[in-house]
Amino acid sequence: MLENYLPVLVFLALGAFFGIAPLLAGFLIAPHRPDSAKNSPYECGFEAFEDSRMKFDVRYYLVAILFIVFDLEIAFLFPWGTVLTEIGMFGYMAMVVFLSILVIGFIYEWKKGALEWE
Amino acid sequence: MNFEMPNFALALPEIFVLCMACIVLLVDLFVGERNRFVTYLMAQATLVGAMVLTLGLSSSEAQYTFGGSFVRDTMGDVLKAFIYLAVLMVFVYSRDYLRARQLFNGEYFVLGLFGVLGMMVMVSAHSLLTLYLGLELLSLCLYAMVALQRDSIAATEAAMKYFVLGSLASGMLLYGMSMLYGVTGSLDIGEISAYVAQNVGDNLVLEFAVVFVVVGLAFKLGAVPFHMWAPDVYHGASTSVTIYIGTAPKIAAFAMVMRLLVDGLGGLHVEWQGMLVMLAILSMAVGNVIAIAQSNLKRMLAYSTIAHVGFLLLGVLAGTENGYASAMFYIIIYALMGLGGFGMIMLLSRAGFEADRLEDFKGLNERSPWFAFIMMILMISMAGIPVSAGFWAKLAVLQAVVRADMVWLAVVAVIFSVIGAFYYLRIVKLMYFDKPEDTSPIKPAFDMRIVLSANGLAVLALGVFPGALSVLCVEAMK
Repeated sequence: MLENYLPVLVFLALGAFFGIAPLLAGFLIAPHRPDSAKNSPYECGFEAFEDSRMKFDVRYYLVAILFIVFDLEIAFLFPWGTVLTEIGMFGYMAMVVFLSILVIGFIYEWKKGALEWE
Repeated sequence: MNFEMPNFALALPEIFVLCMACIVLLVDLFVGERNRFVTYLMAQATLVGAMVLTLGLSSSEAQYTFGGSFVRDTMGDVLKAFIYLAVLMVFVYSRDYLRARQLFNGEYFVLGLFGVLGMMVMVSAHSLLTLYLGLELLSLCLYAMVALQRDSIAATEAAMKYFVLGSLASGMLLYGMSMLYGVTGSLDIGEISAYVAQNVGDNLVLEFAVVFVVVGLAFKLGAVPFHMWAPDVYHGASTSVTIYIGTAPKIAAFAMVMRLLVDGLGGLHVEWQGMLVMLAILSMAVGNVIAIAQSNLKRMLAYSTIAHVGFLLLGVLAGTENGYASAMFYIIIYALMGLGGFGMIMLLSRAGFEADRLEDFKGLNERSPWFAFIMMILMISMAGIPVSAGFWAKLAVLQAVVRADMVWLAVVAVIFSVIGAFYYLRIVKLMYFDKPEDTSPIKPAFDMRIVLSANGLAVLALGVFPGALSVLCVEAMK
């Protein structure tokens, strides 16, 4: 019974090794010359510490919404791809229709200039 | 795993509208500001094409496809035909109005078409999932249409309110639907109906589900006490959008009530009848009484819509085939009257001036006797005075209620109807007996003149010969 779990144990050990070893190697071997710019967290071009009630550029929302649309598209494509041989022509065409509607939306946003930052 | 190929032919009108809406969107991107008229013409052509397809596919028996989640029947065909007609008229009325306000964008027409698609799906839905899908497609288009006028604070506020309350309503409806699914184990309206018929009795979860479904539907219809969004949205949105929200989606909402409450939960008639009685009485009372205090015509028509929804519910709650047919008759007549009423506001409006105050209708008879006459027909019909379509509509629902042994309810309805007559007739008085404040000439485009006149005359004609439409509604409910 217990020996059935041996592969799991090996897997856990290997996983832990590959998780920890690079970090450890980087800590031990890499050059270590910190400055203020390197230590500050960076994200989206905002200051790290300031009033959280500030004005956001509406373009962030636009990009976020567009991102979600195409992110979800991938979420649909993965399961579809794994069963493609079983669902046949009907399933194939359904995805073609879905993607064409997305493409039309994409053309719209592109032509309207939603993808231009400046 | 094998998928059964669905019968796409039954959904041909929906497929056509979807394809055309996408094409209109793309064409509009490339035609540019000066040739925007092309977008308008293509949108109108889409509606005409969909009408031809729907009537061409029409047959007397109900047909199901997409694994039973889509139905094509007479009621659906009739309601869809009137939805196309309503939106077609909305586009005619809106064209010059939008142009005068620099709002003549392709998005208005594209969103309008996608909204029509949502309504078509709602009307033809035979599963909770398709019903919800159609509802959301419609609602999202409506939120965006209200917000189209970006530089207007009132429109933005209206869009925000509409969005928040609309989401709340969708949430209620979904919760009710999820309970229905939990109890019956099916999303198919036919199977739910079969389960309910077998297991009628005290099933507490089923009763809870009915409550949530009714609340969701009442929100979408704008019945009191779930009406608070309606006046603000009607008032805040530009009139071209108000006329859209106030007419075609009501027809689709009626279809949703029929599919959910009658087709799906018909076995629980006793449960939802009591709730609808409350909603109907409150809607008629609040709508008619508060409308008297309004000085803005769009707001007044919003409260008038609420009152009309109350009457519509009377037909549904009667619970007989006759009652459903009378409710269907009522909603179609209401859509025609609403189109005319908001159309008149757009007729009198011009660049930089919104004719939505009651004073703007003063002395209309001196400025344009013909359109004063049309407006009088519409107001008389809304009030339900004999020899107008609105009279027959009210009579039909009242008859249905009396036949269902609820004479007291009919009496209450008549009393509120008399109270409501005051504010409709006040407009007639303003038009005929007061001096005009504003004497600028009324010069509508040729097609608007024709369609608005036809709209008013249709209301009059249906008042004189209500038979054909009323027979059609009875046929549709069989």
